[in-house]
Amino acid sequence: MSEIVVNAVSKTWGGVGGVDRISFKADAGTLLVLLGPSGCGKSTTLRLIAGLEEVDSGTITIGGRDVTHLSPAQRNISMVFQSYALFPHLNVAENIIFGLRVRGVGRAERDTRLKKVADIVGLSNLLERKPSQLSGGQRQRVALGRAIIAEAPVCLMDEPLSNLDAKLRHEMRTEIRSLQQRLGMTMVYVTHDQTEAMTMADRVILMRDGHIEQNGAPHELYNEPASDFTARFIGTPPMNIISWQDDAVLGVRPEHVALVESDGIPATVKAVEYLGADSIVLCDVKGETVSVRQSGYCALPTGSQVALGWQNRHIHLFDRNSGKRRADSALNR
Amino acid sequence: MVSAVMSAAEPKAARRRDWLTNVNAWLLLLPAIVLLAAFTHYPILSTLYHSFFSLSRGGEADFVGLENYTYMLEDDVFWQVLRNNIVFALATVPTSIALALLMAVWVDKKIAGRSFLRLAFFTPTVLPMIAVANIWLFFYTPDYGLLDQFLKGLGFSGHNWLGDPSTVMSCLAVMVVWKEAGFFMIFYLAALQTIPPELKEAAEVEGAGRWYFFRRVTLPLLMPTTLFISINALINSFKLVDQLVIMTKGGPNNASSLLLYYIYEVAFTFQDTAFAATLTVTLITILAGVALTKFVYLDRRIHYQ
Repeated sequence: MSEIVVNAVSKTWGGVGGVDRISFKADAGTLLVLLGPSGCGKSTTLRLIAGLEEVDSGTITIGGRDVTHLSPAQRNISMVFQSYALFPHLNVAENIIFGLRVRGVGRAERDTRLKKVADIVGLSNLLERKPSQLSGGQRQRVALGRAIIAEAPVCLMDEPLSNLDAKLRHEMRTEIRSLQQRLGMTMVYVTHDQTEAMTMADRVILMRDGHIEQNGAPHELYNEPASDFTARFIGTPPMNIISWQDDAVLGVRPEHVALVESDGIPATVKAVEYLGADSIVLCDVKGETVSVRQSGYCALPTGSQVALGWQNRHIHLFDRNSGKRRADSALNR
Repeated sequence: MVSAVMSAAEPKAARRRDWLTNVNAWLLLLPAIVLLAAFTHYPILSTLYHSFFSLSRGGEADFVGLENYTYMLEDDVFWQVLRNNIVFALATVPTSIALALLMAVWVDKKIAGRSFLRLAFFTPTVLPMIAVANIWLFFYTPDYGLLDQFLKGLGFSGHNWLGDPSTVMSCLAVMVVWKEAGFFMIFYLAALQTIPPELKEAAEVEGAGRWYFFRRVTLPLLMPTTLFISINALINSFKLVDQLVIMTKGGPNNASSLLLYYIYEVAFTFQDTAFAATLTVTLITILAGVALTKFVYLDRRIHYQ
């Protein structure tokens, strides 16, 4: 099995961008998501694992083998690009078997494997088409087919769903996840979409400005954010962060804030977003915005005065300057 | 009541609008139509017409049918210039295309002095053919020309490059390739830059080497450009004859004459406009054939993005 170990890897372009001494491990057969806003270094990290960029320092091993200075081909990986990178002059079949042809795999085996992969990704009746004759979702499947036909133990994905519409994205998400589990691939998946990360990943690495902000299972990032950045990045709507005593800020999730009859923090309703299953009430608390999740339809008029309350076990405390989570965070008060 | 009146008036108004749109469109096309008709279509038809008539020196021109064409087929010089032209095309077209591709691939890379190289390759294109011919005339001059001086330094004796029927065509071909390749390079360079870099990376991950990628991806994706360039180069090899006027006047003994230059000589030196018309029709037929091959045959076998 192929686990990926990234150890103290750095890469910059003349001191600009890139990643700074990052270390993490992707266990064999799991799906690791690299998550973060644009420019955080997640794509760079993926390209370093792929060998498309050369590390400045640090080592990368795949399946126990040091691949730090090997070419992409020698690393025994497959990759799906954001733009899919399909060869426009080749038809679907030729695109999928491109790598097999390069490696001189015999015709008979090529055909068998093509048939199998085309079935898996559902392209069997489109094999003669050119990429320009395919929809976005179909192109995505071709890219996926090209990645899995190599039967490489490691598959790298660079924002593979960002060019699809919302419905298709949801479908493909489930499909890629089940494919990864069925084939037992170690997958590193880059995205800026926290929903994708939360729903697909075994482990999420949240990155920011070239370093790792938090590395953990999706529920850990949600329930125990290591910093106010994580707290703000994970969850829709994100965690409310409001000023607290001295040098601390307080975080509380919208679903943990309640509209109370008495003894609450006074607030003014600014707007209500109705989402169907629930509504998000946006309130103003002394110049800061707090969102409150109410189940069902909520008909509070704009400008009405309400009181907000929450339970102490739901609050998170962060240091105002460093943004780091405080050890006594969710203690009873 | 009101709606009934409206609906009756509507088709009329719509027809009027359509008519105005049409008039507008024709008016916009008019300048181009007039220019094309007066200076391209009419001369072609007039040339075709004259090729079926005898030469009229002041008097009446008689209809002679295909006599001019029979005469052409029996004319040794015609066959020689046609043969020259085909040899010239075969020598210059593939060479300049290959050279253009080589230069484009080279200056597409991230190398020091890339802009300077691009400019250097493109410079010959900017020069007028007349100037180029004069420069190269000096290169080829026997004894004190650049080429002979260089060869003398190596211990060879002087040679009359443009005066020798066995070398004159090669000399002209080299010069034309030098002049044309830079121009074609620009097209290749533009095409190379439309190929997304991820394709290269995807191929790299799949283990394709540089040469494999070039052969299986870059070249096929450049095919539309190659076709465009080859048609242009082919047409140029038939229509660019400025250098002959400066350098050889078609000599020695028609060894370097090309079809268009021969037409020029027949029409303006020998004043045989009827025969010149016949030759012109032949030339137009050849060029039209080249263009048709592109549109009908080759276009279908090439991938366009």
